[in-house]
Amino acid sequence: MGDILGLVGKRLGIGLFILLVISVIIFFMVELLPGDIAQAVLGQGATEENLAALRKEMGLDKPAIIRYLEWLGGAVTLDFGNSIVTGERVTTLIGQRFMNTLFLAAYAAVIAVPLAIVLGVLVALLRYTVFDRVANVATLTSISSPEFFLGYILILYFSVNWGMFPAIASLSQDMTLPELLHRTFLPALTLVLVVTAHMMRMTRAAIINLLASPYIEMARLKGTPPWKVIVKHALPNAWAPIINVVALNLAYLITGVVLVEVVFVYPGIGQALVDSVSKRDFPVVQACCLIFAATFILLNLAADVGAILTNPRLRHPK
Amino acid sequence: MPKSKDVLLEIRDLQIQGYSDEQWVDIIKGVDLTLHRGEVLGLIGESGAGKSTIGAAAMGYARDGTRISGGSIEFDGMELTTASESDRRALRGSRIAYVAQSAAASFNPAHKLIDQHTEAPVQYRLKKRMEAQEDAIELYRRLRLPNPEEIGFRYPHQVSGGQLQRAMTAMAMSCRPDLIIFDEPTTALDVTTQIEVLAAIRDIVDQFNTAAIYITHDLAVVAQMADTIKVLLKGEEVEEAPTKEMLDNPKEDYTKSLWAVRSLKREQKVRPKDTTPLISVRNVDAAYSSGAKVLDDVSFDVYEGMTVAVVGESGSGKSTTARVITGLLPPMKGDVLFKGEPFPPDYRNRTKDQLRQCQMIYQMADTALNPKVQISEIIGRPAQFYHGLKGAALKSRVDELLDLIELEPSKYYNRYPPELSGGQKQRIGIARALAADPTFIICDEVTSALDQLVAEGILRLLNRLQKELNLAYMFITHDLATVRAIADEVVVMQHGKVVEQGPKTDMFTPPHHPYTDLLLSSVPEMDPDWLTTLLEERGVDNVGEAASSNIKPGDAKVQGTQL
Repeated sequence: MGDILGLVGKRLGIGLFILLVISVIIFFMVELLPGDIAQAVLGQGATEENLAALRKEMGLDKPAIIRYLEWLGGAVTLDFGNSIVTGERVTTLIGQRFMNTLFLAAYAAVIAVPLAIVLGVLVALLRYTVFDRVANVATLTSISSPEFFLGYILILYFSVNWGMFPAIASLSQDMTLPELLHRTFLPALTLVLVVTAHMMRMTRAAIINLLASPYIEMARLKGTPPWKVIVKHALPNAWAPIINVVALNLAYLITGVVLVEVVFVYPGIGQALVDSVSKRDFPVVQACCLIFAATFILLNLAADVGAILTNPRLRHPK
Repeated sequence: MPKSKDVLLEIRDLQIQGYSDEQWVDIIKGVDLTLHRGEVLGLIGESGAGKSTIGAAAMGYARDGTRISGGSIEFDGMELTTASESDRRALRGSRIAYVAQSAAASFNPAHKLIDQHTEAPVQYRLKKRMEAQEDAIELYRRLRLPNPEEIGFRYPHQVSGGQLQRAMTAMAMSCRPDLIIFDEPTTALDVTTQIEVLAAIRDIVDQFNTAAIYITHDLAVVAQMADTIKVLLKGEEVEEAPTKEMLDNPKEDYTKSLWAVRSLKREQKVRPKDTTPLISVRNVDAAYSSGAKVLDDVSFDVYEGMTVAVVGESGSGKSTTARVITGLLPPMKGDVLFKGEPFPPDYRNRTKDQLRQCQMIYQMADTALNPKVQISEIIGRPAQFYHGLKGAALKSRVDELLDLIELEPSKYYNRYPPELSGGQKQRIGIARALAADPTFIICDEVTSALDQLVAEGILRLLNRLQKELNLAYMFITHDLATVRAIADEVVVMQHGKVVEQGPKTDMFTPPHHPYTDLLLSSVPEMDPDWLTTLLEERGVDNVGEAASSNIKPGDAKVQGTQL
């Protein structure tokens, strides 16, 4: 097990380093944006003195390196400064929204991941049959339709025509969990439709790729029934690529939900990002970007660890 | 061995087709086969003769991309060609079992050996899981696996190749089948390991009176195992006869040619006096990054125009030595000298002229040639790189090289590797090495992936080229028959050390170093009683790996190793 801890430690170290590099990129990209932030806050009519005073107050007169280090120091303690539009602390502004996004992503993932893997195993077992083709066409259709289109179609049927689910997924503090699940069902379903295809097809491909292995032929020649050949002999060796594609899709569920949030007016972090970009609220933009980057890195790290843990050669060294 | 005369398997006019290039082509063209209970039939032939296909068909199984297109397969009164898939599947593992060529690849890496062993008996409800495990341990014991109580609870990668092959034989026995198909079960193993697997298979087949089809391309092996031998060529039967009769008195020309393969001989050269060796490996220690030492104080010389065979089991450091000489793996200690001058340890620091001197030919011509590059370019590139040839000069050099390897230039110039046969690909590999105009070529197991007849052609070609171009070869092999045929000097390696070296004639006459002795005596001979005699000599628990671990470093003969 010592080896595995070492490998995981190494991956974690690399992840932190990448995050640091990304923080540099985010900070200085925002820095490169044209326009003067103080000017943007105070408007065209501001006097030179007022601008200078505001720059001093916001620390804009200091060199960029110093400001970066200050910002990084704050970010480590989850303090991203104050919004320049509302003056609120960035953490309080996006904290709740990030939790909302995580909730929606988890909701979608809990449905999509098992569904995709079960479907993937089924289509691998029934490959080249009508079921395989129908599943492929259906999931490909859903992945190639834009989210907003899918979202509106779902709204049309599920809320307008059949009245089963609300069209707008606005949240309030005192909702119970069943209520919450009911209200956010349509955005979650939209996300499920978008990510399932990718994971299912990867599961199918990973399994079929293994079917030419000698140990699969051996299993068949032992009289193992076809479903057992797939589930017991192929699937355990196919986890590494499947876990990777699952992690990528989970990351997408968190960072790629902007459109879905807009369609369903869901108070998530994607909307916060869009708003803050249009208002030049740069501390919020930076914080959102860093959170997205951290999410990606963390999920990829989890995928690496998962792939290591499912490899018997690493789990049971000689 | 008492044999009841019941017919167990009867195959009549079997025809199998394979799908290639968008059409079905015949690969088995009407083969008959009769097998009685408790009888062992040897199927022998070159690769592509259809041995494995027939083996699979005996289980009512057509591999992906093949189909049984005609004839009948009757197993114990049941017609397999017309039976339903579920009926056929019910036979597999329970009444007919299969032992594959590479146990390492045929055990599922994700499960423990014993869980794979008990899968079939539990599925067929023959035994409860615990009973099946106890039975597995009993079979492991009978097959003389070390630690039978414990070995089954390991994963495949934690067990050595020879042990895996025995565990797979045990697995085939798990339901006490009537018939086992052995598909080249020892081809991937070292000679010393092969013996213990052969002995174990023969014992267990005897003990349970199981019938078997034993598929191999090695005549000497089949002579030990089979009661009857059937020779196949390109999907057709050549002849069939009881083992002894087949060995003493083969009727067909093709069979005779198979028997004659081991006759290649070449005059042994002796070292020239008062010359510096062409390549001299001096006290080399080497290791792969952060690993244990793979080579330990390796020294030997190769003289101009001579062939030095380096023999030893897999993992003994033969290929690592080649990597050190070519500069791919700089040694930790020691040097490689070329005509007395030290070669820079890393190939990146060698001059073009130094690089040119030392070329390699690889074991797998399939993977050593880029399938998307034309032959003319494969051979032409080194000629261009080392000698700056261009245009017409380059073309005539490539033609000359193709002539040298006995392939007609106009026919092969524009072709791609996948269009060639295994032997032709290996010839291209040789031409590529020659293109640099070297003085020294390392041949790394160049014939072990080839059929005997083809391999012999390659060896003859190498001999001829050596004579014409005064080449020196370092010939890495584990096949002692090849060594006997072509070597001038022999270096025996074990665990990264040179245990014995000297002229070939000395090496093949006793007294040997005990390890050399073990290697030599483990090479199967055509005599059908060879294995029995050998096992009596060594004692039944002292075969293969067990025997090699018995060689003590303090042994008098080890001390007296001559150089």
